[in-house]
Amino acid sequence: MAELLDPFFLLGQLRSGLTTAMFLFLIASGLSLIFGVLKIINFAHGSLYMIGAYIAWNMTVILGRTSIGFLGAVVVASLSVAVLGGIVERLLLRYMYKRPELYQLLFTYALVLIFSDVCKYIWGTQPHSVSRPPLLAGSFDFYGVRFPHYDLFIIALGPLIAFGFWVFLNRTSYGRIIRAAALDREMLGALGTNVASLYTGMFVLAAFLAGLSGALVTPIKSVVPGMDVEIIIEAFIVVVIGGLGSLWGTLLGSLIYGLTLAFGILIFPRFSIFAAFVIMAVVLIVRPWGLLGRPMK
Amino acid sequence: MKASAAGLSKRIPWMLVLFLIAALIPVIGSRYYTFLATDIIIFAMFATSLNLLIGYTGLVSFGHAAYFGVGAYVCAIFMKDLGVPFLAAWLLGGVGGALFAAVFGFFCVRLTSVYFSMLTMAFAQIVWAICFKWNDVTGGEQGYPNVPMPSMAWLEWIPWIGGLRIDHKFFYLTLILAALSIAAMRRIVHSPFGRMLTSIRDNAERAQFNGINVRLYQLIVFSIAGGFAGLAGGLFGIFNRGVFPDFCYWPKSAEVLIMTILGGIHSFWGPSVGAAILILLNQYIVSYTEYWPFVLGTILLVLLFGFPGGVVGAIIDLFRRLRSAARGQR
Repeated sequence: MAELLDPFFLLGQLRSGLTTAMFLFLIASGLSLIFGVLKIINFAHGSLYMIGAYIAWNMTVILGRTSIGFLGAVVVASLSVAVLGGIVERLLLRYMYKRPELYQLLFTYALVLIFSDVCKYIWGTQPHSVSRPPLLAGSFDFYGVRFPHYDLFIIALGPLIAFGFWVFLNRTSYGRIIRAAALDREMLGALGTNVASLYTGMFVLAAFLAGLSGALVTPIKSVVPGMDVEIIIEAFIVVVIGGLGSLWGTLLGSLIYGLTLAFGILIFPRFSIFAAFVIMAVVLIVRPWGLLGRPMK
Repeated sequence: MKASAAGLSKRIPWMLVLFLIAALIPVIGSRYYTFLATDIIIFAMFATSLNLLIGYTGLVSFGHAAYFGVGAYVCAIFMKDLGVPFLAAWLLGGVGGALFAAVFGFFCVRLTSVYFSMLTMAFAQIVWAICFKWNDVTGGEQGYPNVPMPSMAWLEWIPWIGGLRIDHKFFYLTLILAALSIAAMRRIVHSPFGRMLTSIRDNAERAQFNGINVRLYQLIVFSIAGGFAGLAGGLFGIFNRGVFPDFCYWPKSAEVLIMTILGGIHSFWGPSVGAAILILLNQYIVSYTEYWPFVLGTILLVLLFGFPGGVVGAIIDLFRRLRSAARGQR
């Protein structure tokens, strides 16, 4: 328990907690966006993330271990996953919007099953890893606490994406339409907006974010089967805590989750996953729509 | 002519017929078929208990595996660590499932639609995390192995059954207990209480206006379903010769949900049919390819787009169409 009083040790935990939180924010923001506008809980979001990771690994093998190669891999992975998302939405998902929630859930779960096997078929079951891009491979020491540049990059990227989203949703005409679609789809359609292609666009955007986070996670975690299910549970906890459909809620939820995990290990070493689910349950009991969410009609 | 045929089909005690056919399985088939049949019977019971919530009350629980797991652990721990005889331990497993469901359900029934599903799942994950980490009692990640077989000495005096091997005896024990449980569930859904549940499913607001305490009814059926899931879990722990945290994990909840939907939520026997189809299909396909999840996902897509009423729903639909076609010709 002595380490609890050591500020530098705590700083190290803070760094790892914030990195986890910002990663989760990248993934969970797409999940939250889909729920906010399309009103669907997309279990397959984790699968898109995994596909992004596999494509990124594959591309670094082709493009080489340079910073440009890594950047190229990230771009190719996010764009391909975005296209895949668009195809799924056009061919299948759009027929699910009017179905009961139970069927929507099972539909996205079916996609999870299919994508996980497709990944196994294409990329095998052995773990793959990607080294950090040379430009971000370093780290600096702060009184013995190591800060890898890559972690700092991720910590900076999270708020940047959040801010970008905020500008997009609140200061552009597209954003206004999207907010309107979240409130009343039919009215928006009656006013002459092509809601169907708007939905496709939203799903493509969310898939892009999933692919991007999958690609960016490769230098930190190895790419293995099962990473889809692991991440979707975490992202799900995050959006439920923060409020499904709320961007700032998702950011807050990510911070709560990441920091609970990082510091919970110190106080409560054996039950840190347990703590996350308890927080989720308590939030659902007290405020089912999440800390910063809005009650759904 | 037709009316009498329908009357005849109603007069046949279908449950008894099914029970007798099932009882013949060890006689006709090999040990392997007995094994499969035991598995199917246990999951039929589990899926039917879930359908009390989904099909009859309109509550989509995404954490039903929690109560299955609780029942399995309680039954196994009482039998192995405390030496309680099987029947008492099994019933205690059911009570354990019902108690957990009552406590969790108290909070869950306050929420509607998607939030209800999420909270049931969160509670199930809490149960899973406890089972996964509480090494001293549940064996943690390693599970709780070597659950003893019930002593089935009392079966010895039955002339033919007495001489059977242990897994055949366990099959008969499972068949009897599951048949009793399923019959009990059937009584429940056809009772006035069950009718209240369907009225809540169809229109909770109207039921409330008619003076039904909707939440109380939902809580009671949630506990009952948890209890039957616990009973199924107790049997499965023994059948599986061990209880593992996976029993409570969310893919297990998804599995039983798929069985229920696959069979059809709008008929009492749908979930049992779904359990049988899924288990048989799994056995068949796994012997050809390792990509069972892909096949299952594809089946789900076909089901969702083609047969939203499930297999039983599709069959009933087909019969209805044939009948109306026959009537049209006359």
